[in-house]
Amino acid sequence: MIKSMLKPVGLALALGIGVLSLSQPASAQQKSDFKVCWSIYVGWMPWGYLQDSGIMAKHAEKQGISVEIVQINDYIESINQYTAGAYDGCSMTNMDALSIPSGGGVDTTALIVGDYSNGNDGIILKDKKTLADIKGQNVNLVELSVSHYLLARALDGVGLSERDITVVNTSDADMIAAYATDDVTAVVTWNPLLSAIEELPNATKVADSADIPGEIIDIMMVNTETLADNPAFGKALVGAWYELMTIMSSDTPEGIAARTAMAEASGTDLAGYDAQLATTKMFYTPADAVAFTESADLPKTMQFVAEFLFDKGILGEGAPSPEFVGVAFPDGSVYGDPNNVKLRFDATYMKMAADGML
Amino acid sequence: MKLINRRPGRQSTILLGALPFVLLIVTYAVASHFRRIDNPADKILPSLEAMGTAFHRMAFVPSARTGELLLWVDTADSLMRLGAGIGVSTLMALTVGLLIGTLPHARAGLSPFVASMSLIPPITILPILFIIFGLGETSKVMLIVVGTAPVMIRSMSQAVLDIPRELVIKAQTLGANTWQIVIRLFLPQILPKLILAIRLGLIPAWIFLVSAEAIASTTGLGYRIFLVRRYLAMDLILPYVVWITVLAYLIDRVLLWLSKRGFRWHHLEGESL
Repeated sequence: MIKSMLKPVGLALALGIGVLSLSQPASAQQKSDFKVCWSIYVGWMPWGYLQDSGIMAKHAEKQGISVEIVQINDYIESINQYTAGAYDGCSMTNMDALSIPSGGGVDTTALIVGDYSNGNDGIILKDKKTLADIKGQNVNLVELSVSHYLLARALDGVGLSERDITVVNTSDADMIAAYATDDVTAVVTWNPLLSAIEELPNATKVADSADIPGEIIDIMMVNTETLADNPAFGKALVGAWYELMTIMSSDTPEGIAARTAMAEASGTDLAGYDAQLATTKMFYTPADAVAFTESADLPKTMQFVAEFLFDKGILGEGAPSPEFVGVAFPDGSVYGDPNNVKLRFDATYMKMAADGML
Repeated sequence: MKLINRRPGRQSTILLGALPFVLLIVTYAVASHFRRIDNPADKILPSLEAMGTAFHRMAFVPSARTGELLLWVDTADSLMRLGAGIGVSTLMALTVGLLIGTLPHARAGLSPFVASMSLIPPITILPILFIIFGLGETSKVMLIVVGTAPVMIRSMSQAVLDIPRELVIKAQTLGANTWQIVIRLFLPQILPKLILAIRLGLIPAWIFLVSAEAIASTTGLGYRIFLVRRYLAMDLILPYVVWITVLAYLIDRVLLWLSKRGFRWHHLEGESL
């Protein structure tokens, strides 16, 4: 009884303290210490290695600043932390960037377009062989995630819609255990879960993100104001990233050592990590990343994503249309509301790396 | 007068009780105000109006996709799961608790087992629960049962053991057999403690309910919170949290009222919170 009475009081205190510290968001101005966060995913493992190997520190020092790279266990939590202002940058997908920070009014810039999923996300059916068989089934996936997006795009491709199935929101941590039960007959998930489930008997992968190449993009997003006030921050991150990309993509002992370290950090071995890289289109050179960011396909992709988010009601209560949040592209064109641009694809820093200026 | 003997009047009791809540709301409103000066679209601490709008939308505007009033669907489904879980736990607590408290042989056989089971964090054996009970409603109810039943059984068997031995001896002297002692002496004595066990069991039960709904679900209060957490819709999460708190508080008050109403003799000593 005492416990139940104390609960609201303790909560009030905790909230009060939390609220006070929350009321000071990271304000943008000239500063020298920066923090970015990341979570475990094949294309983001380099961030952990940058911190551990000292490559990040080297480039930060060169720019006269310090950059700390922090790993956060929960992907969504890392984006929320960034949106709350606790970090200056964070690794996330194009879709989650549009819905969480940008949808929440935090002006965000795509600093490093690192890779896109080229088979890392997939749809698996139990005892069925083709995507059309999914009709009428319960489909377990993390609702409103890129899995959900992939499913919507795939259903579209075979003339079905979400009304033909039932989506069951399922935590990614429990996806493999869920698949083992009789109730579950269809799942949409990402690697390494995807390959683990695919190995189970009766599992057939009927569609994956290689069918929609370049639409699920993994990006280091940074706060636009912070970047504008502190070009050194952008230069340090981009410089460090592409130094590691060169090392990582080579088969030198150094490159193998780097990939092995990343493999261990993600709980697999070199072969397992290389297998995951095979379904990830990494942009190892800044020139490739620049070309992708400047391509005419990107605005189309962002339109698909914005329409999906709007359709699901994720762009916010006040959003009257998918064009509510503006997305700017390197050529200056804007998708959506030009007066409410909150997501910017900017190839400036990647270009500097391509030109060897970092 | 000594401080411990000074008592607040009826009005000041209400005022004092409301004070921390008012302070919390004011602190929140101030912090939210300052965050929104920096960024009017701030998602972390939305304005009270935004939360009101979001709550109103969930409660009174049919969902575009299903045409249902989502708040009531979520609430009904969650309460059903909670009720089923706590119902099973209560039944188990009453039967197994009486068995352990009454029969020394049952106590020797079951007590260490139940005590050990009550220490297992249920979330850690979730995949096993999935395999046994599937991924549907049963597994959600069972997570609540696994999380609350062992502790409730323990407090029930302890309640039987706490009954003064003189009463048991007296009943035997008067010629009661074991069954009569259980029905006429033990059962009435432990019923108010059963209500207390339910009230205390409900605290973890809510936690397990929300966790179960977060794992695999299509409706429920916990489902909604974890779903919209993906896009940081605190304007919806916070009203839902308040709603859960209100529901939990009301259920607790009703149980306390039942206990006072049905077992007046149990509440003769001291105040109950």
